[in-house]
Amino acid sequence: MMKTLYDVAVIGGGVVGGMIARTLSAYDLSLCILEKNHDVARGASAANSSIVHAGFDAKEGSMKARMNVRGSEMMEAVCRELGVKYQNNGSLVLGFDADDRTTLEELLVRGNANGVKDLRIIEQDELRALEPNIAKEATCALHAPTGGIVCPYELTLASIGNAMDNGAELFTEFEVSEIRDNGSDFTVIAKNGNEINARFVINAAGLFADAIAKMVGDDSFTIHPRRGEYLLLDRECGGLVKNTIFRTPGKMGKGLLVTPTVDGNLLVGPTSVDQEDKTDKSTTLEGLSLIRNKSAENAEGVPFGKTITSFCGLRAVGSVGDFIINMPRERFVNVAGIESPGLSSSPAIAEYVLELLKNTDLALEKKADFNPIRPATHAFREGSIEEKNEMIKKDPAYGRIICRCEGVSEGEILAAIRQNPRPRDLDGVKRRTRAQMGRCQGGFCSPYIVEMLAKEWGLPFEAITKFGGESIINFERTKEEN
Amino acid sequence: MKQIDLVIIGGGPAGMSAAVAAYEKGITDILILERDVALGGILRQCIHNGFGLHRFGEELTGPEYAWRYEKQVLEKKIPYLLNTMVLDISPDRVITATNTEEGVFQIQAKAIILAMGCRERPAGALAIAGDRPSGIFSAGTAQKYVNMKGYLPGKNVVILGSGDIGLIMARRMTLEGAKVHAVCELMPYSGGLARNIEQCLNDFNIPLKLSHTVVKIHGKGRLEGVTIAKVDENRRPIPESFEYIPCDTLLLSVGLIPENELSKTANVTLDRITNGAVVDQDRQTSTEGIFACGNVLHVHDLVDYVSEEAEIAGASAAAYIRGEASERINIPLSTDGKIRYTVPQTITQKKELRVYFRVADIFRNATVKVTDGDRVVYSRKKQKLAPGEMECITLKPDQIADAKALKFSLEVQ
Repeated sequence: MMKTLYDVAVIGGGVVGGMIARTLSAYDLSLCILEKNHDVARGASAANSSIVHAGFDAKEGSMKARMNVRGSEMMEAVCRELGVKYQNNGSLVLGFDADDRTTLEELLVRGNANGVKDLRIIEQDELRALEPNIAKEATCALHAPTGGIVCPYELTLASIGNAMDNGAELFTEFEVSEIRDNGSDFTVIAKNGNEINARFVINAAGLFADAIAKMVGDDSFTIHPRRGEYLLLDRECGGLVKNTIFRTPGKMGKGLLVTPTVDGNLLVGPTSVDQEDKTDKSTTLEGLSLIRNKSAENAEGVPFGKTITSFCGLRAVGSVGDFIINMPRERFVNVAGIESPGLSSSPAIAEYVLELLKNTDLALEKKADFNPIRPATHAFREGSIEEKNEMIKKDPAYGRIICRCEGVSEGEILAAIRQNPRPRDLDGVKRRTRAQMGRCQGGFCSPYIVEMLAKEWGLPFEAITKFGGESIINFERTKEEN
Repeated sequence: MKQIDLVIIGGGPAGMSAAVAAYEKGITDILILERDVALGGILRQCIHNGFGLHRFGEELTGPEYAWRYEKQVLEKKIPYLLNTMVLDISPDRVITATNTEEGVFQIQAKAIILAMGCRERPAGALAIAGDRPSGIFSAGTAQKYVNMKGYLPGKNVVILGSGDIGLIMARRMTLEGAKVHAVCELMPYSGGLARNIEQCLNDFNIPLKLSHTVVKIHGKGRLEGVTIAKVDENRRPIPESFEYIPCDTLLLSVGLIPENELSKTANVTLDRITNGAVVDQDRQTSTEGIFACGNVLHVHDLVDYVSEEAEIAGASAAAYIRGEASERINIPLSTDGKIRYTVPQTITQKKELRVYFRVADIFRNATVKVTDGDRVVYSRKKQKLAPGEMECITLKPDQIADAKALKFSLEVQ
């Protein structure tokens, strides 16, 4: 790799790094994103509750509260520009007894102080009318009509893709192992020996942000992982509830939620258990059965028989109880401890980081040709017959369906493979197109997608992996080509 | 909009047999819509033999069996479109489909035969705890990599589920040079055919671990191992029995699900047990003019029965298109739970018919009984009945005559 001197290097290809990169790509800067995995959106940004929180949870005056409320306000417009699905479905926090009601009232006061609009406590009748399938024992609820849902990895991919379309460079498999301060710039060195130089470094490394900060001598905080397990149900089930259904929060966070996703699935989770290992994203028997057994406290009759997959995400919980967004030294920005409501806050965090940089000697000149728009990747899926035929006429590959469960065409998959940030593995295609994400989970279409990836990247069939590294799919060719 | 007498959704064994049968009954304006690159359906990747023993009295491979029907489709010049995916079927029989040549197009059909087959239950649906590495495939996906693509997707293999595809793949992977360490089956019996247990496991010394399941997946990149466990009578894993087996591949053969997404768009009533359409003797569904056959109707273990059923659907659709009305009766069929389901679910004509069913457990020396109230219309002792083997009985017109409702039950000593 060329040892280019970048103005800014963003460490971490999650939603926070992505949003920051996108915001900075509007300025005349040379910019790169460093991601340790084979693809971006692989950490907490790939596995979370996909909620745009209204902003009544965090303490008044905290960074979390500020960023959440502002981020939630910005989200719809950002999603529109990036062609990302967003739904303002509203949220309900259920209360079951007098104690819960007291907590809900506190949340109402706090939400109002944070500037959350239209919050109120609703009673039985209104609650039932709004959501017939919620837990029978719920007596009241805090209703937040500004609550929303978004697809977190789609938002991440789109923000990084948009940053790249505006000139940012992405280096994957760049696991930062050392940062050297050269006085006026940093040398950022990867585990595999690659290195880049950058005047400014932004540490958006999620779970590993403490390790990155330590590389420049900042040991003011630590990050520990808190696991959250989820079950995702078939698209038939998304209609069970309309709002995101929380229960009154406890010590370990907001507790289990039941929510529709923007794609119409039903998502149930997360559990909340602290652990040491930052790489252990395994699901557990206990966690999954807890979800099955406890979801009735949110909504009745969750059809777990329609489960299509389970997964575990790790929240990056900081040691200081709030988001850590600061400059511990010149030309180095920490954006750390971005646990919930991190997704909701991400556009506001990017805006805030920009403000921090404005107080430095980084020259921030607006680019004349910045394009904030990224074409929606689901235009074909959602088009009318006439619109679809327009696209098929231009490119017949749109007429051939590869993923039958989600109805994804060859044209859409090829477009995704060719669009920034280009996916190189099966999971990457899945998160960009929804192919393999339906009820058969890639049983039918994955061999075709392997073939397409191999062809597009000019690689042998057996070189295509599920998510890079050791995650090979086929060992070797065993038959002669005929 | 294009008008076609009979549109058949799916060009696998069911769709092709149905087309040929309808053609032989005088309907020539037929179109088969097939989503894959060739006719033949899943048989194209079933290169093992054992197909056609009932139909043709000889052992054929899957592609050979499919060719017997494809040849007839070609000889009769029955039109078909490949690489064509049906997106929607309306209750009044408008089909919306797409392919690269015509884009998204619609057809008004006089009759439709649903022959979309089934899909495998995926790993995700089981929500097995642990990591999510590569190397976990449904058995059919692995079969595709090996038989169609020519690649080896695993070297050290554990198979969960003893459905027929799992058993077939245990043998195939062994023949390809992989080591199959075990086939784990949650139930105390196999869901596969007895002959497959013999020929695919016993002949290769592959252990079949009944009442066992996989409780944990290990591996951060490629699969590194699985933890298996014995289960108790409630199918709960027994902690003391946990055993780690190092392996790079887990194949799943844990059930087949009829692919009825399109049937739902056509308002076809589905059977809770079969997950296929509720059909009458003619294989007509609850939506008039829409028929169903093959694995989309209920999962078969022998393709020979698929062909037989598809011929009924094809002939009935032809009669429907020609407007041939026969005297219709309505005798609902019910079951006792030991017999899980019947196909068809209603009898509509006083003529000889075959009723297919499956049992819920292994039964020995049990008597299959069909009763109309107190009247026993059929009774036959069976030495052994198993969930993995589809059963079939023939009812004569005099046994059906005047019946109000027929109940299928199993008397166990």
